[in-house]
Amino acid sequence: MQVTSSVRQPLVTGGKTYHDVTHDVCRQVEGKPSKLWFLAFLTAFGVLAIGSTALLATLWEGIGMWGLNKTVGWAWDITNFVWWVGIGHAGTLISAVLLLFRQKWRTSINRAAEAMTIFAVICAAMFPIIHMGRPWLGAYWALPLPNTYGSLWVNFNSPLLWDVFAISTYFSVSLVFWYIGLIPDFATIRDRATGLRKIIYGALSLGWDGAAKTWMRYESVSLILAGLATPLVLSVHTIVSFDFATSVIPGWHTTIFPPYFVAGAIFSGFAMVLTLMIVTRKVYKLEDYITIGHIELMNIVIIITGSIVGIAYITEFFMAWYSGVEAEQYAFINRATGPYWWAYWSMMTCNVISPQLFWIKKIRTSIVATFALSIVVNIGMWFERFVIIVTSLHRDYLPSSWAMFYPTLVDVGVYLFTFGFFFTAFFLFAKFFPVINMAEVKSVLKSSSEKAHK
Amino acid sequence: MERDTHFILGVYDDEDVLLHAVEQVRGSGVKIHEVYSPYPVHGLEHVLGYKRSKLPIAAFLFGMLGLTLALTMQFYMMKFDWPMIIGGKDYGAFPDFVPVSFEMTVLLAAFGMVGVFLITSNLKPWAQPRIFDLRSTDDKHIMAIDLANNSSLDLDKIKEILTESGATEVNKKSFE
Repeated sequence: MQVTSSVRQPLVTGGKTYHDVTHDVCRQVEGKPSKLWFLAFLTAFGVLAIGSTALLATLWEGIGMWGLNKTVGWAWDITNFVWWVGIGHAGTLISAVLLLFRQKWRTSINRAAEAMTIFAVICAAMFPIIHMGRPWLGAYWALPLPNTYGSLWVNFNSPLLWDVFAISTYFSVSLVFWYIGLIPDFATIRDRATGLRKIIYGALSLGWDGAAKTWMRYESVSLILAGLATPLVLSVHTIVSFDFATSVIPGWHTTIFPPYFVAGAIFSGFAMVLTLMIVTRKVYKLEDYITIGHIELMNIVIIITGSIVGIAYITEFFMAWYSGVEAEQYAFINRATGPYWWAYWSMMTCNVISPQLFWIKKIRTSIVATFALSIVVNIGMWFERFVIIVTSLHRDYLPSSWAMFYPTLVDVGVYLFTFGFFFTAFFLFAKFFPVINMAEVKSVLKSSSEKAHK
Repeated sequence: MERDTHFILGVYDDEDVLLHAVEQVRGSGVKIHEVYSPYPVHGLEHVLGYKRSKLPIAAFLFGMLGLTLALTMQFYMMKFDWPMIIGGKDYGAFPDFVPVSFEMTVLLAAFGMVGVFLITSNLKPWAQPRIFDLRSTDDKHIMAIDLANNSSLDLDKIKEILTESGATEVNKKSFE
């Protein structure tokens, strides 16, 4: 029944049987964590603890603790927000868009990528919430709740409110998508376990029994969720870009923003997936599941999206010149040659030049090179948001109010806090949850592994 | 339930053997209770004769509900309850309401459909599923045949049909 291609590389190597898949993945959940895991977890938790002092300082004293001034009213906070949301695009893209395109290689990486998405979106959502200054009152400013002002409602004409709906929908739908995929795997762990673990994973698996009828509904749910999540992924960063594009600030007011932001988000998201997966496959010895083939395919996505981003940078410059609007032209000349020239050229080097190295097969199939470049890409993408936000603001229409932005320790600390949170959550996930979607890998095993044929 | 407590289980290693086996077993007049698999086997629902799931309809209806709620909420708040001129636009500035309407359509469609899925498949944290064979979530496909439903057939005959269809093991399973 299954058609095996003699041209394509097998998705799972090492001649794994169905039982091997179960064993290799469940082993991580069932065994005692290694010393390396404890070291990594404690480091992440330590960063979280140090960063939390900056978070407390922000909540206690207010956002005056940040380096903002009256000219530059958005800087690190919104840069970090957009950066984390961008990273949070890979997971659902891998599980939804690649499912619709029948890209079966997604099965080994979708679980961890989706987990990463969820944690990244939590990190992202933190910044708009704390930048409200009094986040405990934020529900009245962000949600359409009746209040004591009459009711004076939230403003549905504002892209900032669209963002509230986009991010919260994206987060909750991604979470549900992730959990539905986890149910059969929790059942696998439950059926191997005894005692307390059996009770916990039994509850988590919601009484899954693998009946053909349930699988049929499960497949139907996955397909429709993928269909719903695909436009959702594209809409989220589109709406984030509206925060800028619908304003009248030179450097922000461009129609190119939505596709350019979405491409950038996928670019940085895949880079973060690579950073994490290269470490995970090594520590958990999952080289047979996350193969060089997987890494190469992800690098190809990075070349494509990186090239789109590069073209967008050049198009922006061209349009600034071609529009004949002096303020627009100045904003772009100032980006490249003004006081923040170093941020601009870091961005250009990291995002435009470095991904082009992946055209060379030796580089895109090298683990060391991929790991290094995946970090370079994310540094570049952080600078991209910094350049767009800060350089567009710091020299506004009135030269007397021109200013520079310098981050304070609290700015840095809050950013560190999100890093600590992200990695703490990811390490906990990697210990207690099956990092590879066993059921989906098993469903592609027969067509892609030599041994399962026999 | 007194009736369905005694089962005959056919254990299969391979999904393709299973698909043929289901056709063969049903062809011999044996009624299959259910097949349990560690992963989704494509085409299994067809050979078992299951009707297509109606979940897409549920998703569509919940999506429409989300869209209606979103548009009603936005027009009520912005045009009728507290009208304000914002950016020189009309009170009911429909293009501005598109993003939130889209998001709420997706949100309700996804949550509604998943809710219906969990309820119809009886998935809940306190559920106590009947596990016929622990390997059915690992590497084996288990075909369960309810003896009460096949009382016209001889026990040995059913076992023979299962072995002939390619089952690697044929076991008996009874529940308390």
